Amino acid sequence: MAEEQNNTTMVVFSGDLDKAIASFIIANGAAAMGDKVTMFFTFWGLNILRKENVQTPKKKAFMEKMFGKMMPQGPDKLGLSKMNMGGMGAKMMKKVMKEKNISTLPELMEMAKGLGVNIVACTMSMDVLGIDKDELIDGIDYGGVATYLGEAYDAKVNLFI
Amino acid sequence: MKTDVVVDAKGLACPMPLVRAKKEMDRLNSGEVMKLISTDPGSVNDFASWAKRANHEILDQQEEDGVYTFYVKKG
Repeated sequence: MAEEQNNTTMVVFSGDLDKAIASFIIANGAAAMGDKVTMFFTFWGLNILRKENVQTPKKKAFMEKMFGKMMPQGPDKLGLSKMNMGGMGAKMMKKVMKEKNISTLPELMEMAKGLGVNIVACTMSMDVLGIDKDELIDGIDYGGVATYLGEAYDAKVNLFI
Repeated sequence: MKTDVVVDAKGLACPMPLVRAKKEMDRLNSGEVMKLISTDPGSVNDFASWAKRANHEILDQQEEDGVYTFYVKKG
């Protein structure tokens, strides 16, 4: 079988619920097509990977604590990029998607892990936002711009979300 | 048609039918046939694109009352 391995890479910059769902649907689809998939999470995108109500035992600076409190903790706490209406929009969207039998973001994330999608958290952004490894979900990798580019050079599909 | 596995993805939305199909296909040997059932209208083009990409062959496809059935031979 002359099946070449193709890569799909994604930079997930946004921490919006709708964009996170879109990125994980594409990631799962690409993995199902047989691609090696790498998702690089940076800036607000890191919030998608946060665990709920988990605080690192490490000491944080004042600004880091503020960031940690103000930013959404994990996939269930994200808002919509449009029509969020203080979280009402996100609730309504989740309700509609459930009725239409569409997988939730946490389900899509589990599915992606099961299909071997490589999830990479940007360590520089983690440092800026004061997010510690303890506060992110398990089973992910850590890296910087070269980690992402190294995969992106070999990819035929490369997205910035 | 003789089938080696049946994947029932009725009622499931994108990307679930595709993910289910891929997972089951991984268990088959080359030349074996999967029967795929879906109600997602997008799956007509989706399965065509997937089969082409992953070197599988769509032997037959039917539509009846919004239910799509595909027979896919593993490449």
